[in-house]
Amino acid sequence: MSASILWIFLPILAGAFLLFLRNQRWTAFVASGLSFVLALTAWLLPIETTFALGSSAFKLSSTFEILGRRLVLTTHEQPILTLIYGAAAFWFIASPSIGKAHRLIPLGLVQIGLLVAALAVEPFLYAALLIEVAVLLTPPLLLSEGERPGRGLLRFVTFQTLAMPLILFTGWLLRGIEADPGASALIRQAAILLATGFVFLLAVFPFHTWIPLLSEEAAPYLTGFVFWIFPTSALLFAAGFIDRYAWIRTAPQLPQILSAVGALMVAAGGLLAVFQNHLGRMLGYAVILETGFSLLSLSLLDAQGVDIFFLLFVPRLIALALWALCLDILHQNTPSLTLQDLRGQLRRWPFASGGLILAHLSLAGLPTLAGFPIRLAIWEDLATLSLPLAAWALIGSLGLLAAAIRTLAALVAAPAESTWEARESWPQRLFIALGGLALFGLGAFPQWILPLLNRLPAIFEHLGG
Amino acid sequence: MLLNWIAGILILAAGAWLFISRDWRWNLGAAAIQYLAAFWLVQASWPLAASAVKLITGWMACAAMGITLASAKTESGAEHDWREGGLFRLFAVALASLTAFILAGSASAWLGIPLPITWGSLTMMAVGLLLIGMTTRPLRVILGLLTLLAGFEIIYAAIESSALVTAAQALITLGLALVGAYFLVAAREEPPQ
Repeated sequence: MSASILWIFLPILAGAFLLFLRNQRWTAFVASGLSFVLALTAWLLPIETTFALGSSAFKLSSTFEILGRRLVLTTHEQPILTLIYGAAAFWFIASPSIGKAHRLIPLGLVQIGLLVAALAVEPFLYAALLIEVAVLLTPPLLLSEGERPGRGLLRFVTFQTLAMPLILFTGWLLRGIEADPGASALIRQAAILLATGFVFLLAVFPFHTWIPLLSEEAAPYLTGFVFWIFPTSALLFAAGFIDRYAWIRTAPQLPQILSAVGALMVAAGGLLAVFQNHLGRMLGYAVILETGFSLLSLSLLDAQGVDIFFLLFVPRLIALALWALCLDILHQNTPSLTLQDLRGQLRRWPFASGGLILAHLSLAGLPTLAGFPIRLAIWEDLATLSLPLAAWALIGSLGLLAAAIRTLAALVAAPAESTWEARESWPQRLFIALGGLALFGLGAFPQWILPLLNRLPAIFEHLGG
Repeated sequence: MLLNWIAGILILAAGAWLFISRDWRWNLGAAAIQYLAAFWLVQASWPLAASAVKLITGWMACAAMGITLASAKTESGAEHDWREGGLFRLFAVALASLTAFILAGSASAWLGIPLPITWGSLTMMAVGLLLIGMTTRPLRVILGLLTLLAGFEIIYAAIESSALVTAAQALITLGLALVGAYFLVAAREEPPQ
């Protein structure tokens, strides 16, 4: 059997099947169970090695031929598959507690299958097509019946679609560069097209506007999932480009460009978050800041940078999922997510409010929380390279911290006579408590993710080597 | 060669009409004509059967949106008089087409593709960008994206002939049309009680 059947086609088919399952809990149970099993098999099952299962012998082949092209999943991709499907299980299991299982899971599983296919497809550039197909599944995931498509969703579809032709055309130029590595004009053209494509794909300033708009328009848990899946796949795609093409990797301007864009996104994300009165928009700006930190880690172009690049993934996932879950609970039970409407809600929704603040503070890099050890590593590395760069990164984090303090101030501003109560359901309390504990746990013991981290950089053959 | 120029002119005329007209029926008709012209330009590089995929998926995309709009009772025909801002839009398309023609000369030499094909492709992309840039209405944004991608596919067909890419592009064209139809339906449905 081919590895692609297990980790690409099976989740896509399962997603299609789950569209017809109407029970939210069963949908979540099947999807998170399948995702967990896929994560576990990615961790344990060897590819291209015969192994015994009872009396039968099995071998997972790495290659799957499709329409004259190949999907290739090797042992190098297995740690990232573990991370992706582990994260999917994490997102799916909490979704029925807020009534989002049926909207998130079927299309979410198909999107994950497509994004794994984007990691596996050869030639590598065709990933742009698969990412675009995944993008086109987002509107039905985010829009509920009777909801008008907002400007954020239209811009999301537009910007992500604009990226695809640019990246595909770069592929043609890259073939020319491979034939004649000294063709500086061709290299310049390819670099401009590629950079423009990734500016759209990664929502780099000033093409970031869909993120805060979308987070204001749609259900927070669903936007949180979109904000996790697309930047993650785009970042892996971008890092894959840097890894595969020597002319990009060795370009002297690359670290400067990546660090300048990264610092701009961190500073803009953090500083703009301070001035938001809508908590959904704050989440959006935190996502922009996170993408900036990933670009800053890539700008280091060494083994330490690649480690930080992957280290960012797990705390980001937990914080983003917890933040989105808590926001969704508040979104369903308050008139809006503006600071004005959320005044004093801590006394009615203590778990959701507490989880929201914890996740916010973790992404701001507060000590003892999961985001801190990685932020510290980035600040240290940046400071040795350039103090202004480190200062901008710190300013961005301080901006997000100030936004968290504003949120906290609004949530606790209850009249003195109001009483404490906890209106969250027991499953909601459980997931928030687990998320909060995970943030504290990873803050205190960041080495817990080292077994995964040690294997993740193998996906890149050259980067950081 | 002459037929390629005619296809290019057809793209320009349909693109101008698509940009000027506010009536969805005319818009979809213009898009269908553009797909016909794009098919003709693609078949210069690809076998007829493979290039027919572009035509069929393009027309299916138009049909999917047309059926959605026709069944939406609240959708009016012409929302505005076409003369409203029409001169400005005509001027914008003329300017975009001229820019495309100027760029097409060097692009044609660079890519090794005949001039009318490059011009037709760049004109379509320019009209698509104009549509995307000057509206926030879902139908026109989706038509803009479809036009832009169809224009790109003409040039891309000359440099890439993979079956997987053809299939993925067809899927994306249909997917965009379905997203457009979904937007139109979602915007008109009453929220569930």
